[in-house]
Amino acid sequence: MSSDAEDRTRSQAEVTQEATPGSTRQEGRPIQGSAWKRLTWPARRVLRTAGDRYDRMAKPARLGVSAGMVVLAAAVPVLLPYVTADSGYWTSVATKIGIAALLALGLNVVVGFAGLLDLGYVAFFAVGAYTFALLSGAGRYAIAISRSQPNAFKLLPTWHMYFWLLLFVALLVALIAGVVLGTPTLRLRGDYLAIVTLGFGEIVRITATNLNSLTDGSQGVNQIPHPAINVGSVHYNFGLNNEAYYWLLLAVIVIWIFLLRRVNDSRIGRAWAAIREDELAAASMGIPTIQMKLLAFAMGAAVASLGGVIYASQIGFISPDSFQLFSSDFGSVIILAMVVLGGMGGIAGPIVGAALIIFLPERFRFVGDARFLIFGGVLVLVMVLRPQGILPSRRRAAELEGGEVRETSVFEARQAGS
Amino acid sequence: MSALLEVRALTKRFGGVTAVDGCTFEVSAGSITALIGPNGSGKTTVFNMVTGYLRPDAGAVSFDGRRASRPDPARFYRAGLSRTFQQPRVFRELTLVENLAVAANRPWWALLGRDVPPTDRRRAEEVLADFRLGDLMGNKARELSFGQQKLLEFAAVLMGRPKLVLLDEPTAGVNPVMVETMEQHIRDLHRQGITFLVVEHEMNLVMRLCDPVIVLDHGAKLAEGRPAEVQRDPLVLDAYLGT
Repeated sequence: MSSDAEDRTRSQAEVTQEATPGSTRQEGRPIQGSAWKRLTWPARRVLRTAGDRYDRMAKPARLGVSAGMVVLAAAVPVLLPYVTADSGYWTSVATKIGIAALLALGLNVVVGFAGLLDLGYVAFFAVGAYTFALLSGAGRYAIAISRSQPNAFKLLPTWHMYFWLLLFVALLVALIAGVVLGTPTLRLRGDYLAIVTLGFGEIVRITATNLNSLTDGSQGVNQIPHPAINVGSVHYNFGLNNEAYYWLLLAVIVIWIFLLRRVNDSRIGRAWAAIREDELAAASMGIPTIQMKLLAFAMGAAVASLGGVIYASQIGFISPDSFQLFSSDFGSVIILAMVVLGGMGGIAGPIVGAALIIFLPERFRFVGDARFLIFGGVLVLVMVLRPQGILPSRRRAAELEGGEVRETSVFEARQAGS
Repeated sequence: MSALLEVRALTKRFGGVTAVDGCTFEVSAGSITALIGPNGSGKTTVFNMVTGYLRPDAGAVSFDGRRASRPDPARFYRAGLSRTFQQPRVFRELTLVENLAVAANRPWWALLGRDVPPTDRRRAEEVLADFRLGDLMGNKARELSFGQQKLLEFAAVLMGRPKLVLLDEPTAGVNPVMVETMEQHIRDLHRQGITFLVVEHEMNLVMRLCDPVIVLDHGAKLAEGRPAEVQRDPLVLDAYLGT
């Protein structure tokens, strides 16, 4: 390379260095731009500087901040009585948010990390819930009751002490289900993948409805045992204590976040980022794209299944209706909305999304069914004003702001060929 | 020299159009082979079949003595056959080092290692320095110019320690200085033992750099030989200029 060219590269280096976001970002209050942009500038500024500051923190400080947040979250059921008179109700809402956050964080691996649009995510939630319901013996009991068999009461499930074992079994079942459902579907992309996953979601629900001899069909399964701890002298039954489920969920979420961060910083995380950006190029760089996508799918499935087990054991009753696509509790579409609204690809985003989407309709319960109208309006508003989500991961935000989205498929590559 | 890549009677139809029609050629180890031909002669389609992006309708590709049983670009890459694209396909939101780390050839059990492993990082830094991208190491790929992105893509491909690199128009849309750089890199790497198959429209470069030259027309091999011979071949002149 001639020295001339060298100089050019150097100067370009300097230019790009200056343009690097984060390093020397000193934008002032925008003078131009939409009224909305100018109005919300302080809020965005606060969010961004908080993010930047967190990024710059030393590792122990960051751990401290995370630990503080966990403690704060753990204290919620304790603090609620001081905030509201109806703390029992709001604790149950908090538990619901916990399940939603777990599901959103699981779906985020599929949608946010690997970039796969999965509309059948609730299927794995159902797989977990039904695995637990059937293996705990509650399914057998439900069938005996509905057929008014004599001595049906003797079949009352006694497997509650095996909750922890069954939790693990459900996780494995969902992993397998994820691979089984994923292998044929993940060869598709984009819209096609979305449609096929949507189909699988419905297949699981309809199977649960029609498999009368196993699931008691649309009547559902009740008397699902609550988890219990029997270690040494500690005997504790979760029963109907929402706080206990809340803390259990929190523990699962914390473990999951830890795993997620680790995986996302590893080669797997980079492979997912590469696949998300350009699957064809990823394949040509030796990334086994199908296997990586399957991994994301199976990981998401496993988490959904954990959520399903905890949900089933908390409520004590599940039926195929609990797992409808548009269910306002944990339907696939609602979970996806949590991920998108909160911001894809990060950790905080899906949690915030889950909290808002569960909290808002509960908060506005007093306006009756109009709350769904308000809720829908809020969703549309957020998506118009902040399309990247409330707290997007930096990387995903940049991808969306970059504007230039390259979706060249093999088909197009072939078209471009001479 | 032995054949590193063998293409036998390769055929591909898109609907009624036969893009590649019984194309047969070899790339011998240690050569810089050029694949040229007028627009629409099937060069890129051949590329796509050789690297596993398209399934041939007929014919076979064998690399390094082994026949490719089913097309799978990732597997080909791990076997030592890699390619670049006409439009550089880099991962825009990853840094340069990450771009290279993604391309490093690693067995599956290395997947869980945290961050970029030191060996990969060192090698990435070396390669980037070779390509004079060392200063931009921590920048995101989208901050690079078009030409630099092409260099980055080229650099990334080398992380897998390939035996054969297929370059799809390495100099298209690149300024003359960058063309020289690119040529120099190809020569250097060739000296280190990497074989190249190049699709290129810039004939001066082809004539300087490549030997042999394979000419495609209407999806089949029209001529093959030393650059000077091919240049004089009346069939080739016909194909390019039309009659």
